[in-house]
Amino acid sequence: MALATETAQGADEQAGERSQRKRVGRSSPNVLGGLGGWVWLALIILPVYYVIITSLKNQAGFFGSNPLAPPTDPTLANYRTVLEADFVRYFVNSVIVTLGSVIPAVIVSFMAAYAVVRGSGRIITSAHTLFLMGLAIPLQATIIPIYFMITKAHLYDTLLALILPSIAFAIPISVLILSNFLRDVPRELFESMRLDGCSEFTMMWRLALPLVRPAVVTIAIYNALHVWNGFLFPLILTQSPDKRVLPLSLWAFQDEFSVNIPAVLAAVVLSTLPLVVLYVLARRQLVSGLTAGFNK
Amino acid sequence: MSTLLKPKPVMRVRGARAEGPSAWMVVPALAFFLVFAVLPLLGVVFLSFTNWNGLGAITWAGLESWRTALTDSVTLNALIVTLKIMVYSLLVQVPISLLLGVFTAGNQRYRAVLAVLYFVPLLLSSAAVAIAFKALLDPNFGMGPGLGLPILAQNWLGSADLVLFVVIFVIAWQFVPFHTLIYQGGVRQIPASFYEAAQIDGAGRIQQFFHITLPQLKYTIITSSTLMVLGSLAYFDLIFVLTAGGPGYATRLLPLHMYLTGFRANDMGAASALGVILVVIGLGLALVLQRLGGNSRSASQLEGA
Repeated sequence: MALATETAQGADEQAGERSQRKRVGRSSPNVLGGLGGWVWLALIILPVYYVIITSLKNQAGFFGSNPLAPPTDPTLANYRTVLEADFVRYFVNSVIVTLGSVIPAVIVSFMAAYAVVRGSGRIITSAHTLFLMGLAIPLQATIIPIYFMITKAHLYDTLLALILPSIAFAIPISVLILSNFLRDVPRELFESMRLDGCSEFTMMWRLALPLVRPAVVTIAIYNALHVWNGFLFPLILTQSPDKRVLPLSLWAFQDEFSVNIPAVLAAVVLSTLPLVVLYVLARRQLVSGLTAGFNK
Repeated sequence: MSTLLKPKPVMRVRGARAEGPSAWMVVPALAFFLVFAVLPLLGVVFLSFTNWNGLGAITWAGLESWRTALTDSVTLNALIVTLKIMVYSLLVQVPISLLLGVFTAGNQRYRAVLAVLYFVPLLLSSAAVAIAFKALLDPNFGMGPGLGLPILAQNWLGSADLVLFVVIFVIAWQFVPFHTLIYQGGVRQIPASFYEAAQIDGAGRIQQFFHITLPQLKYTIITSSTLMVLGSLAYFDLIFVLTAGGPGYATRLLPLHMYLTGFRANDMGAASALGVILVVIGLGLALVLQRLGGNSRSASQLEGA
């Protein structure tokens, strides 16, 4: 699918398909789809709009004005309140946990996916089966033993406690999607490299990795989204404020700021901003990788 | 294809390196998964036969925790609430995602822009979504008075009759975009020639949808529905922040019930029993849904999940 050798041909086919689809589409417009599409857009936009404008209102403005009207005198005071409430520390914690989980998860998953696609033998096959089963099991059900293990290992209330299980939970879906893409790499390429005397390790990094880089980026962002937004592990495995990550801090802000809704919503905006930036930068890759990954 | 191209046995004798990666490449991932997923999975079964308050010593309890968990009327209620949310979520999300997926698969530029905007809820954490909707649904300062529609100014989260529908709506708001994306990809894989042939035969748009699009999307529908069903066993953070399971027990889903039993009521034994139930339901549903896809493709179907 995402192969360099087939891209040109694939693009042609796609273009051909598109023009044909267009002809079909023109014959009778999809009224229901159009209506639904715009209604859904409104449903998506309304809460986002509400959160942003409210975060720019002062308390009096929030209680006094129409909730959906833009602020009469926009203020950034709520953002200052949030930043002064140790937001930066929570942000840094989230960055550490996300990078600390995603980087190892992607590396080990890529190696495993490579072994699953190229290798054989009992260990590899049973590992593959295990990962596939992991997709069907609600892993949240295991939080109590995880809590037990983390406390026994004296890791309770550390960032490492969040990183370790996050890596494990990211592996099944990562191996699945990466191996789906690796399967499309033509065997002849490996064969010719092997005849040149390259080791499997060299082939993995020099040949396979560059060819499936889009899938690697997709899966890295997908996992980053999950870990960044994760709530359950931080809730059960940490406790002190200086180990708090962003989603948990939002929950804590609710109590801390109580009726100061604009400040809570400012925290919501600030905690989402990094992902919006990531999305803007890597949208094409993320979306095409996800659609392809789930439709194989 | 692997059987066809497998190297000859003679080569296998000469050395593993010549015929593919050795097993160590899978070891790091396997080790992480064994320690932090498989071991806990066995641990939850073990702990369900014990007494533990989360801090002190663990003592053997036989079936006591199971008795506590299963005779608790709240557990039955949690099962019913979970089932309701699962079924309603499917009924709401499948048609909407299908409609939006087919729509955004069209090649018009504005549809691509819509698809970009649809993705936004996926960027928000469940905690953020819950907080935003809590504010938005406030009868005094939310969208009700904002739009000037008294019917929207209800006590949405405080009424046991309304709260379930609010939860289902918010779940759909957060997850429909993801399934739209899956359907969009599925629709784009249907060969255009199918539609041309249908058009030559004089089939209208609706006939084309039911005779080409829908059957061609069979596996996509199964994949997406499996993800939805398994997802509804995992809605924890959204509901925890939005309603905390209330009012009363109205939105206390199984995962939330497990958390509250274990970490608030300090009965880790009973909570583990609930965890086991959760695992069994998840595996069972996944198997049933895969079966629906037919046995011939079962292996790749599981991969699709």
